Amino acid sequence: MLKGSLGLIALSSLLLSGTAFAQEKIKVGVTATLEGTYTVLGEDGIRGFQTALNVLGKKVGDKELEFVIASTDATPDSAVRAVRKLIEQDKVQILLSPLSGDEGIAVKNFAKTHPELTFINAASGAQETTYVDPAPNFFRYNMDGAQWQVGLGKYAYDEKKYRKIATVGEDYSFIYTQVFGLVLEFCGAGGQVTNRQWVPLGTKDFASVIAALPDDVDAIYLGLGGADAVNFLNQYQQAGGKAHLMGGSIMIDQTILSSKGNAKNALVGTLAASGQADTWEDPGWQKFVKDYQDAFPPNKRFPSPSLLATNYYGSTMALVLALRQVNGDLSDNQSKYKAALAKIELDAPNGKIKLDANRQAIGTNFVTEVVDDGKGALFSKVVKVIPNVNQTLGYDPAVFAKIGLPSRTVPECKKY
Amino acid sequence: MTRFVERHPAWALIIIIAVAVALWLIFAVWPPGLEEAIGRKRVFLNALFNGITLGGLYFLVASGFTLIFGLMRNVNLAHGSLYLFGGYVGYAISASTGSWILSFIVAFILTALVGVLLQLLVFRRMEGQDLRQTMVTIGLSIVFADLMLWACGGDFYQVQTPNWLIGPIELPLITAVKSSGEPVYLRYPLVRLVIFLASVIIGIAMWLALNRTRIGMIIRAGVDDRDILAATGVRIQIVFVLVFALGAGLAGIAGVVGGTFQSLSPGEDIRFLLASLVVVIVGGMGSIPGAALGALIIGLAEQLGSVYIPTYAIVVTFLIMVLVLALRPQGLLARR
Repeated sequence: MLKGSLGLIALSSLLLSGTAFAQEKIKVGVTATLEGTYTVLGEDGIRGFQTALNVLGKKVGDKELEFVIASTDATPDSAVRAVRKLIEQDKVQILLSPLSGDEGIAVKNFAKTHPELTFINAASGAQETTYVDPAPNFFRYNMDGAQWQVGLGKYAYDEKKYRKIATVGEDYSFIYTQVFGLVLEFCGAGGQVTNRQWVPLGTKDFASVIAALPDDVDAIYLGLGGADAVNFLNQYQQAGGKAHLMGGSIMIDQTILSSKGNAKNALVGTLAASGQADTWEDPGWQKFVKDYQDAFPPNKRFPSPSLLATNYYGSTMALVLALRQVNGDLSDNQSKYKAALAKIELDAPNGKIKLDANRQAIGTNFVTEVVDDGKGALFSKVVKVIPNVNQTLGYDPAVFAKIGLPSRTVPECKKY
Repeated sequence: MTRFVERHPAWALIIIIAVAVALWLIFAVWPPGLEEAIGRKRVFLNALFNGITLGGLYFLVASGFTLIFGLMRNVNLAHGSLYLFGGYVGYAISASTGSWILSFIVAFILTALVGVLLQLLVFRRMEGQDLRQTMVTIGLSIVFADLMLWACGGDFYQVQTPNWLIGPIELPLITAVKSSGEPVYLRYPLVRLVIFLASVIIGIAMWLALNRTRIGMIIRAGVDDRDILAATGVRIQIVFVLVFALGAGLAGIAGVVGGTFQSLSPGEDIRFLLASLVVVIVGGMGSIPGAALGALIIGLAEQLGSVYIPTYAIVVTFLIMVLVLALRPQGLLARR
């Protein structure tokens, strides 16, 4: 009896896989930080990805897209391990990866060892990924950390009249890139950045960092994300901190603005800049917000999509639309697909996106201020929209190259 | 004390000088030269206090760990999961009832219950098989982590600090003197002081219970020789269950504490397991005073490191562990 039923199961599974093979599939590997400090960011990234599939569908001509999701923890080795597993075990042909800055640099380098495959960056934003020695099969449809800070320094200097600021940031490539963008513009306008503190990713106890913040500055810029940002705010409140705050793109984001507890209220009025603004009036953005809200029940999502959801949405959009342009043709080492990806212009929710010669996005940036909607939910409100931001931030490429690569101390606080 | 001085006069001198320097650094108004060399006194004092209060949290987690190991020779690698579980329970209670104190009580009881179940259903069945127990606890910690991820999601939870504990208080320690001659006092988060006091009280209570009560005597006898103790007619299984419940309950309390001044999220279990392993290795496996000393050293190293050598702060903790393992492998205060 047991043997018989086992045989039946084996037979039926054979039949099932037979029908599945009748329709050709294109396998796509996706990674997100579903572990560690950036878990919440990864989860919302995946929500953005699913929203895109809901809107666009999974069919390309007569082929069906099949997705395999792998988890990382924001460290470069975890990203390479996940990507390697997707390629070697799951035999994916296209990758949508990764989420975080250091991961991006590692995956870009890894992409060179598989020139036949296509890598589409999901959300990572370190400058080096596409600026230094870019991989020909690595495409990034979101802006980098420095592009996401465009407008912030000038607005803080001209409108808020901040003259001296200090920064606190996580010690890795994406935040270096963010501070790079901020310092370049703020110091270029005439401001001073007196102190830059760096804390390891995953720091829990910020009390000493908070005590070391200088008193004699007009504002403190926070380049933190995920659990680190929540911990910082909680302890900042307990220490009775009162300074004006400015925020980076993953600090002033729904991942933090809708965290539980009341420490986030310290952020009301905080100035920030990012590749999106929660309350933007643009119909394309409003439609995306509605799609996102309709796709998940309210307790399984944020009130409004985070930057990660938006990035994953945009990247997935590029992946599917370019694949449709070539009708799913991945022959000849995917050369037609790669050409289509390089040329495609996206009408993404957060503005038009096209790629430069390094396959890096040129897009729209937003300066925002955090507001309370009256019911206790916090949103980022647009104060300024800046279109066509490129990777050299409007500088002449030769001048930009002289500034150096983002690091703990680069750029210097001066006018370039 | 006098015996120590007689036996190690050089060490005693060094310790006395170190204590004197530390006291001077804490109480004196720093001369400008020193401020220029190593930064403001406020930063130093804050880092010092943070190190001590963080040590208090580490002690809460590690004391349960070391107690269980001391008596049962059982390296419970699911201890971090108990910490996180306690934290989530504390969050749920404080969010639904608004009572911070109640959340400690419920978290203690529920994690202690989980500890009892673990002892009865798992460890009792494989008594004396160290490797099997260790492997099973690793497996359990993975299962627990995924169950909690399933139930609570990847979100960050913070146990709400009660209103009377929010904000800083002024301590009678002068950090600087203004040009007008008016002294500036140290402002320090009240909640951290309260939590530190609580962990000191728990530590002293545990020490008293172990050294001054009958049950403490039984536990100490069990640590020294389990088989002889059982042979004298003590119902050792009940003692095991009690100790496991206490150790697990302490981890649960620590979870609420951690959720109050830090946050709770997946991954915290591993972090605190690692922290308590390091603390216990430095202090000496199975020793409560050792756990206290180890927690203090690791807390101070983390906080002073994060201020004065931020780049290498992560390494300092492990450097201390390596040094201790190299020079005194049984731990600083181990009895054997």
